Amino acid sequence: MTEMNMIQSLNSALDSLLEKDENVVIFGEDVGYFGGVFRVTSGLQEKHGLHRVFDAPLAEGGIAAIAFGMGLNGLRPVAEIQFADYIFPAYDQIVNEIAKLRHRSGGEFSTPVTIRTPAGGGIKGGHHHSQSPESQFTHTPGLKVVYCSNPKNAKGLLTSAIECNDPVIFFEPKRCYRGPFYGDPHNVPTWKGHEDGDVPEGYFSLPLEEARIVREGNDCTVIAWGTMVHVAQKGIEESGIDAELIDLQTLLPWDRDTIVNSVKKTGRCVIVHEAPKTSGFGAEMSASIQERCFWHLESPILRVTGWDTPFPHTTEWDYLPSPERIAEAIKKTQEA
Amino acid sequence: MPGKKKGSLDAYTVPTAPFRPGDDADFGGSWKEQPGDLSRPDPVTCEAPETHDHAHGLIRVLGDDDSASGEWNPELDAEVLIRGLEMMMRLRIFDDRMIKMQRTGKLSFYMRSLGEEAIAIAQTMALDDTDWIFPSYRQPGAQFVRGRDMVSMICHCIGNTEDNIRGRQMPVHYSWKEGYFISISSPVGTQFSQAVGVAMASAYKGDDQATITWLGDGTSAQGDYHYGLNFASVFKPPVILNVVNNQWAISTHRNLATGGENFAARGLAYNIPSLRVDGNDFLALYSVTKWARERARAGKGATHIEVYTYRAGGHSSSDDPSIYRPGDEFECWPGGDPVDRLKKHLISIGAWSEEKDAELSQKIDDEVMAAYKEACTYGDLANGPFPPASTIFTEVYESVPWHVQEQREELGK
Repeated sequence: MTEMNMIQSLNSALDSLLEKDENVVIFGEDVGYFGGVFRVTSGLQEKHGLHRVFDAPLAEGGIAAIAFGMGLNGLRPVAEIQFADYIFPAYDQIVNEIAKLRHRSGGEFSTPVTIRTPAGGGIKGGHHHSQSPESQFTHTPGLKVVYCSNPKNAKGLLTSAIECNDPVIFFEPKRCYRGPFYGDPHNVPTWKGHEDGDVPEGYFSLPLEEARIVREGNDCTVIAWGTMVHVAQKGIEESGIDAELIDLQTLLPWDRDTIVNSVKKTGRCVIVHEAPKTSGFGAEMSASIQERCFWHLESPILRVTGWDTPFPHTTEWDYLPSPERIAEAIKKTQEA
Repeated sequence: MPGKKKGSLDAYTVPTAPFRPGDDADFGGSWKEQPGDLSRPDPVTCEAPETHDHAHGLIRVLGDDDSASGEWNPELDAEVLIRGLEMMMRLRIFDDRMIKMQRTGKLSFYMRSLGEEAIAIAQTMALDDTDWIFPSYRQPGAQFVRGRDMVSMICHCIGNTEDNIRGRQMPVHYSWKEGYFISISSPVGTQFSQAVGVAMASAYKGDDQATITWLGDGTSAQGDYHYGLNFASVFKPPVILNVVNNQWAISTHRNLATGGENFAARGLAYNIPSLRVDGNDFLALYSVTKWARERARAGKGATHIEVYTYRAGGHSSSDDPSIYRPGDEFECWPGGDPVDRLKKHLISIGAWSEEKDAELSQKIDDEVMAAYKEACTYGDLANGPFPPASTIFTEVYESVPWHVQEQREELGK
């Protein structure tokens, strides 16, 4: 085990797969010589060669199309979209093409593309460097959608995403690249000393489609992913309630059994995500949970989310779910 | 201009087609470009600027007198040409049968290759058998070249129990892995940029496969066309990028796809050698594709080709072209009929005759009819049986995830 931040652990996952499988190729804007704007691919071109880790023209639609073609023809491409906000020129290629190839061709062709993309707010990125568009992809049959939250699961899940024969959209919470974020922009720790900053070296994988119980509790189930896992942890502490925290990790297909078992135990549920509320993935989960747990619920399922507005620049702390808002929601579930 | 009326004629240019129903189509009678006008550069050493004239002119081999000449003459044996003719005839007869079936409801929709039969057939014949074919919807002819069974093709079109893609896509969206023929997608142009990725993978693996792809003049307005050209320009993989300029995208004339006249020359701006070829000239199509394949094999990267032709039929079985263009346009097209031109050439060199032609036509017609009858024994869209409903849920992922499995059980089939 080695102490790593999330950038180092993602880099380590990519490094180990480049080593293990010569069909793995990595490309995207600035990922080659420079090593990526967030440094996730740092040193990989030098180590594994120009043809395996390379810069792409500034065209997300083209990057996704190239990934489609390479994957179809036997490679295992890992494409980076520099910010999730810039994934939309690639939307047609991802949603109509990459996601559907296996089905539309009767299983004759498939393309095991992984698209890595930094997502989420908290870095003063304004509207176009802060969005968390996971629900734009969870509505697409054929894709798997993964959202890591710490160095350890970032490495383990990215490894599994790349090895998966289905296409995977892999969201990286950029606010947590260098440390967990507990909702206080004036007090941002590093991953140093955090138990999930202790990451196995070499090849390491964690199963997709499994949620992670971060903290066990009996009185409320709190579900979050990405940066919000840490903010929710703080919110639980502030609430003083014995809540169970679940890091969803894979959103499509999601680990419903773990969630349902928890909600049946606690009778209460709060879902936290930074994307807008309307049609956010919390809505899907809330609907599914009530279908399964209606007679176990002691109070309505609540959602604490970003607002149904564009993501702001200077006022982002009022946009993102805060520990206070989360604590308030948890307390509200206890009232009924 | 102050006081100008909103929407006045000089506001901006809104192109319209040169001829509309009621007009007499006039394409100037015959091509001014002749076989022999253009040299055939060495494919291995050729750089994009050397193809300036080839992008602005028109590469022809078959002359107005049905003879073959010029540096681009591939000098093919008559038996190869007869094979090409046979496949073009087969495609036309096959298309006719499918249209008849569509009218009776046995399939929902169809797209003919009428007037464009030479394109995929000549071009695929010029390739290696394992080169990747990344088609749009008007290159089904490539499958004949690679020997796909007609019964299998019809079964797909009528969505029956033997459809290899299990009734999941509309007719003519063929997929045929054995023939390196990649699944066709409806969103136009997506294949163009994907093909560059396929070719990059071939180059990465070090195999000697090239990739060929096509899109239409209308689709060249899509971003995917420009992504494809630019990525091909930068990474130089073994890919052949064709724009089939057939003048029409449903009812949209090609003058809405470009403010200019020429599609081939766009490739020069991407520093890709670019050729413009008579798309109704089997020999010229074969020859330019062979040239592009030689460049690919030599590691010289992409070739961009404008295939200059005319869409003789409707866009699909769903539109009536007489509503938006004159009925006689195809008859006026200087490129003529590609099937007829190759036939006349073969007759002129003494390798073919009207009798042989009629005999072959009858033979193919019988084969198509037999294939149609056999395919119908597995079901058709009007009468079923269809692939089982359970196929809705399979191959969405490599294995069926719990939520999809649950929904399958909910359907109960």
